[in-house]
Amino acid sequence: MISELLKFVLFLVFLLPSPLIAGAKFITVASTTSTQNSGLFDAILPIFSRHTGIEVRVIAVGTGAAIRLARNGDADVLLVHHKASEEKFVADGHGLYRLPLMYNDFVLIGPKSDPAEIRKSPNVSNALTRIMTRKALFVSRADDSGTYKREVELWRAAQLFPKRHSGTWYREIGAGMGAALNMAAAQNAYLLCDRSTWLSYANRQSLALLFVGGESLRNVYGVIPLAKSRHPHVKQAMAEEFVKWLGSTTGQAAIAAYRIDGEQLFFPLIH
Amino acid sequence: MNASASILPIRLDKAGIRSGNKRILKEITLSIDKAAKLTILLGPNGAGKSLLLRLCHGLIAHDDGHITWNGGGDPGLNRQRQAMVFQRPILLRRSVQANLDFALSLGDLSKASRRDRNAEILEMTGLTRFAARPARQLSFGEQQRLALGRALALKPQLLLLDEPCASLDPAASFLVENLLQQVVGEGMRVVMATHDLSQARRLADDVIFMYRGRIKEHRPAKDFFEAPENDLSQAFLRGELLWWRRRSIFSPDQGKPDDDF
Amino acid sequence: MIDIWRALERALDMIISFDAALVEIVLRSLQINLFALSIAALIGLPLGAATALYRFPLRKVLAVLLSAMMGLPPVVVGLLVYLLLSRSGPLGVFGLLFTPTAMIIAQVILITPIIAAISRQALDLMWRDYEEQFQSLGVPPSRRLLALIWDGRFSLLTALLAGFGRASAEVGAVMIVGGNIDHVSRVMTTSIALEISRGDLSLALALGFVLLALSLAVNGASFVIRDTAERRYGQ
Repeated sequence: MISELLKFVLFLVFLLPSPLIAGAKFITVASTTSTQNSGLFDAILPIFSRHTGIEVRVIAVGTGAAIRLARNGDADVLLVHHKASEEKFVADGHGLYRLPLMYNDFVLIGPKSDPAEIRKSPNVSNALTRIMTRKALFVSRADDSGTYKREVELWRAAQLFPKRHSGTWYREIGAGMGAALNMAAAQNAYLLCDRSTWLSYANRQSLALLFVGGESLRNVYGVIPLAKSRHPHVKQAMAEEFVKWLGSTTGQAAIAAYRIDGEQLFFPLIH
Repeated sequence: MNASASILPIRLDKAGIRSGNKRILKEITLSIDKAAKLTILLGPNGAGKSLLLRLCHGLIAHDDGHITWNGGGDPGLNRQRQAMVFQRPILLRRSVQANLDFALSLGDLSKASRRDRNAEILEMTGLTRFAARPARQLSFGEQQRLALGRALALKPQLLLLDEPCASLDPAASFLVENLLQQVVGEGMRVVMATHDLSQARRLADDVIFMYRGRIKEHRPAKDFFEAPENDLSQAFLRGELLWWRRRSIFSPDQGKPDDDF
Repeated sequence: MIDIWRALERALDMIISFDAALVEIVLRSLQINLFALSIAALIGLPLGAATALYRFPLRKVLAVLLSAMMGLPPVVVGLLVYLLLSRSGPLGVFGLLFTPTAMIIAQVILITPIIAAISRQALDLMWRDYEEQFQSLGVPPSRRLLALIWDGRFSLLTALLAGFGRASAEVGAVMIVGGNIDHVSRVMTTSIALEISRGDLSLALALGFVLLALSLAVNGASFVIRDTAERRYGQ
């Protein structure tokens, strides 16, 4: 009886195709949850893999976590969206070079009813001021993501200090874009989001896109192959092949071709 | 197994056991020799019969006095030379046969000898038809017979039993008693505790009567039953001493202050 | 909002149609969890048994430690394993990070204390019954452990079930060390987490129902096994 059970267990564990045996040709890309959740990787990576036979494994965490991961040498490529951090990464010798790859924009999301009336705002500083004055609920990611870093820069540019009101209308949650959206949806709050994530987000409830536009909301993604000189085991050749492909006509076209409901999410920078 | 290694005779010299400060077994002086004999340990509940058996078996250590097994101090080395049957049979969750084999495997027998001896014991205890059945499915009486068979598996020199028939019906008891008489006839030394007087009368070659941790009498059975020397023994035989109790109406020691217990 | 009925429908649909993506994820989850369970059992059962059987100094300390480790926050374990397996960490050379192997390691660390603690408790109870008899029979210490484990196999099944349940429910640690990589280290729980962060609550719930169904199946099967076997071999 028991032996039968054991045999079944062993069968299950060993005879089925086992992912435990590592495949040979693959690279690891450290990227952000927003990029992952937008569905971009699911769209363009298979194209690359078909051309080159290289499997691309994406680890999607917050920007800060992705950078830390790469610093530890746990990835072959870094793809995030915070220029200052990326440049520092290369300057510190971890990466070979930074390639500005594509851009989208940040947008302000909020309840359809728009209590702070930011639809009418001429610029983002004005929008944020309205939110603060009305003490309208605002969900902040408050993690180490590129989105959060931009949010902080925007408040600073408007000379506002919402952190002092943390816990009241300004809600700092320390979580990813999806979780932030879920909370905003549940509480009818405003938040800063990248357009791609918003377009692919499925639980909008009464949230709507309320404010767009402006150079300050532009979100540029940079891709960096890691340096073998700093991290000896990095698959530099394959990493560079991947980065070059992303910047090639094919890669850039694939990025541009990705749409949700006919709307383009990412805009190529090179071609 | 060293066939010549013997654990008998067991000699106790003023041996005692303490529980905290209280002495629960006192000044036991006794000799258990090699002989084809069945000694009955008699006495009311709490007299110390179980304690004495466990002491002789080496399950508990003495606190006072001396005890030797064939001159040596450690019965653990020749575990298979003595065996004990407890009041409740503790059987493994396996078949009857497997339970016997477990005990047999502790000795030095070859696989073939084990199989033969296994069948022999099943025959002897009348459990052959249950060989493949899970041991715990047997009736209580059958389980005790199995426990007895297991104890006899490696042909011990000494067999100790702690009220083995206490929870058995007369028919089951009868079967156990028959087995005991059989093995004594084949040369085994048996010491058995019981509080069943009629069983004692049937089986005993000699009697050790205990009361409150002491041996009060140790005499041949015939002498003990016909002419007990001790008031306590007499009271017990009359059925008056079912358990000891301080200042109880059943205790002839009423009124006397007691420094132990 | 989330339509629970819709989610239930979706779950049934996925199960009945043997949705390829679902099957892949379920099989991977089972593989990883069962592998981890086997290793944890190999370590935890004897550990629990030894703590029940043998008197050694620090025995009580070990028992308390085992119980306390059951309360280890999984994310902490995940973090520790990440630090160990990271390229910049002591075991980095093996390149185990973001593989199912790393997930198995984290799972083993999480469920071994549970198996050890529960089996210790069960066997402790049993040993009180058996100790005298084993002493009387002269069972050598080396054989006592195995005999006890085998005899207590049904209550030990409970320990294994608890371990399996814990492994199946784990999300934090395996997310950190596995990376939730599609087709590589994505399992049921991390899929659910992903779909929640994508806002696809309906799919997340549907996956949750599948996980629940799986859990019911495993527990149901073990109940039947245990029940029939107990009736056969006795309580």
